Amino acid sequence: MSRALRRYPVLAALCVAALFMIVPFLIVTLNAFKSPAEYSQNGPLSLPDGLYLDGLKDFWERVDYAQKLFNSVLISGAVAVLAVVLSILNAYAIGIGRIKGRPWVLAFFVLANMLPQEALVYPIYYLSKEAGLYDTRLSVIIVFTVIQAAFGTYLLSSVLGQFPREIIEAAKIDGASKWQVLWRIVVPVSRPTLGVLMVFFFIWTWNEFLLPLVMLISNDNQTVSVALGVLQGQRLMDATMTNAAALLGVLPAIVFFLLFQRTLTRGIAVGAVK
Amino acid sequence: MTVTVEKRGVTGKAAQAGHPRRPRDSYALFLLPGVLAFLAVIIVPFLMNTYVGFTDWQGVGSPDWTGLANYRELMDDSEFWASFRHSLFMVVAMAAVPTAVGLVLAAALFDYVGKHFGSRVTAVLRACFYLPQVLPIAVAGIVWSWILAPDNGSLNALLKAVGLSSWQQDWLGDPDIALYSVMGVMVWVQLGFPLVVFMAGLQRVDPQLYEAAELDGAGWWRRFWHITLPQIRPEIYVVLTWCTIAALKVFGAVYVLTKGGPGGATDVPSYFSFTTFFEKTQVGYGAAISTVLTVIILALSLIGLRLQTREEDRS
Repeated sequence: MSRALRRYPVLAALCVAALFMIVPFLIVTLNAFKSPAEYSQNGPLSLPDGLYLDGLKDFWERVDYAQKLFNSVLISGAVAVLAVVLSILNAYAIGIGRIKGRPWVLAFFVLANMLPQEALVYPIYYLSKEAGLYDTRLSVIIVFTVIQAAFGTYLLSSVLGQFPREIIEAAKIDGASKWQVLWRIVVPVSRPTLGVLMVFFFIWTWNEFLLPLVMLISNDNQTVSVALGVLQGQRLMDATMTNAAALLGVLPAIVFFLLFQRTLTRGIAVGAVK
Repeated sequence: MTVTVEKRGVTGKAAQAGHPRRPRDSYALFLLPGVLAFLAVIIVPFLMNTYVGFTDWQGVGSPDWTGLANYRELMDDSEFWASFRHSLFMVVAMAAVPTAVGLVLAAALFDYVGKHFGSRVTAVLRACFYLPQVLPIAVAGIVWSWILAPDNGSLNALLKAVGLSSWQQDWLGDPDIALYSVMGVMVWVQLGFPLVVFMAGLQRVDPQLYEAAELDGAGWWRRFWHITLPQIRPEIYVVLTWCTIAALKVFGAVYVLTKGGPGGATDVPSYFSFTTFFEKTQVGYGAAISTVLTVIILALSLIGLRLQTREEDRS
């Protein structure tokens, strides 16, 4: 009996804690729909009088948010696809091909994944200027494809290391080349893992800040994260515009979250403990 | 051509027909694009950065070799030491606290809520805790810098509303408080990650262990301490390593929340190297800072991997 009674306080405490986690989202939504006058009069905690949409509209136009969204989708999407392709090529050689010196090759990729971007940022900035790639979306796509593929190689190599070998042997005996085995057997069978990786690469790239901040200086090339971060860093916005910015920045994340909740929570566990 | 698994029956015959096995290493060709891309984007820039750390390069002209001069200067640079001290605070906020709190929350969600209120309630609560993790850090920074704003910020408005006006602060602008405010934000950002990993880990713990302990009269804390903790030790190592590294690299939050201020009170090594590179254009010095950071991160990663593999060997 006493045990049954004890459950509810635990649940209540957890609900309060969970509420604390999402209060910032709620309060931002609340204030994104207030006019500046209303905000200065009633403060941040009052309910909005009506739906004031001009703040969102002004912010959208001021930063050309459609362009920023397009840039983010383009960069993150390209990185997600290219990094998965690069990861699977690497992992095919390491996990299935079991090439010579395999542990060293794997260590090479793991180390590359662990290097902080701070130790790469200036040379990348400098080299991309030399190569004429500075301030292009392509430069960011190339860099993040490689950085994400480091993690992908590490994860996929151990997954492919356990790939049922009979299937591969059988295909080879049927005369399939390595290239055909890769695309017609290994890739289709590993599709669930590849899907998880693609979702992660997309979201990680979307959220990146340091390198895009350095590499994408012109307005037309900036991602959502960089555009919002730079505006905020310069403290050019009033309170309602800040909230409009925050809400428009939060929305894509919420959409990803709702779309990929299961993938994310499952994938993070797989990724962490592999 | 189509390759089907059913054709496995012909194995012996085909092998006899003589398909000489090519040497294994022809798989190395598949590695070629990856290795070349890694050389260009990671290895070469990394070596350049290390080299530049031994020069007084300003980003233009040719660098002059100055040996260990930058590192000697770092030893006496109080800004540098302060930034690393702040890093330790970030490790507390992003690794220690989220791991400890995440463990208790994960166990409570798994044990109490999961068992007595169903998986749906658990999933919703877990989602609430995980939500900040999918947010770009720049956006999290915008949200919090407004909540923590001195006048008209939500936190101060809330304190006023509940009659605690004297608790109002300039949360990000007061040098004595700013670092703790940033730490609070980072706990909020980071908490979901350990929680989700630990909840996944708890699923592989044999429920009979708990039942047996419960029959023996062990209370919740004893079960937590003697079953949950030891059982998910591998996850704890992974999370601690991962989060500590993230804490050492923290950049976006500092850039958006405080820009290292006020008066350097929240400066961290990655932000310090960033300003040294791009604002002061002391590229050689910035490279030395990021090299020190890299050495620390690689050392920690190796220790983390070591603990993890030792744990795997044991189990």
